[in-house]
Amino acid sequence: MRKVSRLSRFNIASLALGLAFLYLPILILVIYSFNGSRLVTVWGGWSLRWYHEFFNDRAMIEAAWMSFRVAASSATIATLLGTLAAVALSRGERFRGRTLFSGMLYAPLVMPEVITGLSLLLLFVALNAERGFWTVTIAHTTLTMCFVAVVVQSRLGSLDRSLEEAAMELGCDPVRAFLSVTLPLIAPAIVAGWMLAFTLSLDDLVIASFTTGPGSATLPIRIYSEVRLGVKPEINAICTLVIALIAAVIVIASLASKLSSSQGESAAPL
Amino acid sequence: MSARRIFARPARFAAIAPYVWMVLFFLVPFAFVLKISLSQTAIAQPPYEPVFDLTAGWDALKAGFAALSIDNFRLLFSDDLYVFAYVRSLTVAVTSTVLLLLVGYPIAYGMARLPKRWQAVAMVLVIVPFWTSFLIRIYAWINILQHDGLLNQILLALHLVSQPVVWLSTDSAMYIGIVYSYFPFMILPLYATLAKMEPVLEEAASDLGAPPWQVFWLVTFPLSLPGVGAGVLLCFIPIVGEFVIPDLLAGSNSLMIGQTLWLEFFTNKDWPVASAAAIVLLVVLLVPLLLYERLQKRQLEQGR
Repeated sequence: MRKVSRLSRFNIASLALGLAFLYLPILILVIYSFNGSRLVTVWGGWSLRWYHEFFNDRAMIEAAWMSFRVAASSATIATLLGTLAAVALSRGERFRGRTLFSGMLYAPLVMPEVITGLSLLLLFVALNAERGFWTVTIAHTTLTMCFVAVVVQSRLGSLDRSLEEAAMELGCDPVRAFLSVTLPLIAPAIVAGWMLAFTLSLDDLVIASFTTGPGSATLPIRIYSEVRLGVKPEINAICTLVIALIAAVIVIASLASKLSSSQGESAAPL
Repeated sequence: MSARRIFARPARFAAIAPYVWMVLFFLVPFAFVLKISLSQTAIAQPPYEPVFDLTAGWDALKAGFAALSIDNFRLLFSDDLYVFAYVRSLTVAVTSTVLLLLVGYPIAYGMARLPKRWQAVAMVLVIVPFWTSFLIRIYAWINILQHDGLLNQILLALHLVSQPVVWLSTDSAMYIGIVYSYFPFMILPLYATLAKMEPVLEEAASDLGAPPWQVFWLVTFPLSLPGVGAGVLLCFIPIVGEFVIPDLLAGSNSLMIGQTLWLEFFTNKDWPVASAAAIVLLVVLLVPLLLYERLQKRQLEQGR
């Protein structure tokens, strides 16, 4: 019989402190974005002033739109490629060049961004590619598809393979079996992978700085150059909007994955 | 032929597109970094002497080889600025990783001891801030740590200090920023191994009379070493090359290698030296990178 609670007072205290450490800074940032005062640290009553300021800031809006387009397109390509890679690694058994393949997929997960950014820029320069939307999108796809591959691969690894095999015993060809059995079951992981790719792209400063061209700054690049000059209340407002956007994406995607996983369970109790 | 093997063949074809992509945009770019790190700086656009021109024929190629120089690497090792930057990067990465382990372990341990239902909630709570932009999280700390920021206001109000403390542009600010940003990378692998651990093992040890600290050191900690290894690598490697956090939070008198690389590239426009710095950084990280890959592979490919 397991003891009812193994939680000690020390455990509870460290959990509480840890969560406070994680959330307080963000909470403070959000609260101060509604600060009416021009001085960032003096409370001047609730106000939406800095949101107005942001929506009238053409350059900032353009950067936000650029970031959004890059994030949406790179996440979509990355999800496609990353899922293919995950399928090959977890279902392809042995194939030539497999070690190199998995190496190339896992390395970017921890590779310092300055290296990835610099190397891609040198490639684009050598190819004489015009730098802007597409170069950033390609760079972000390269980084984020690795994250998608890991997320999807870990889902594929925990899946009961006899389901696919049963479908094939019943006459499905492998592609059919994959599309009608495996794909619905890994759909939540694919959705999660897309979200992860989207937010990583929206977030990236270093790789985008290297690979973008003049006149097409992304939102983090703009925010970074403002932050270097000091704290501005408008930045608090922008950050709050980004947090709200990401929170919305998480909520929608977790609802979607709950929906699809409950369907998956009714189709195949695991 | 078994269904599994029939399934494997089209699955292998799935590798083609991502394979080509990664070779083209991950592997090939390193060849360019290596090439440019060996060429001379020039005042031109792009700012380096072309070394190889495959279209120019064999003689030009030979001339190209002759023009290769390791001057950039020699510069990196002879100029104190770069040597210090590498040493500082490693020191900062080691210190931050130790801090992360000290802060993260009790939290991961607490999470693993929560009732099952609450474990999932705690995990989501740890991951969610990681989804909000990294830059935003650093910026949030600038808000708090600045001269008349919240931290100083609180310290002054509590009469703990008589005048505002300088937090920004110090190493403490940088360490706070790094620990804050890499928090989930340390906690999640730790939690994963701690949660899988059989509670009977600890119970047996304490039934046999071991005091709690002995149970921890002799049973819990050794069993959690795989998680410790994963967490340490997951934090250490990217921190060595970190740019944004030291740039925004630490002072500018001692730079990390990511910052010098950035400076050489964007400010000094010295692409060859920046490339050489990247190559050296890569070599420094090669061993931890290979260790990490083996770990990742084992985790994903041989039962979980």
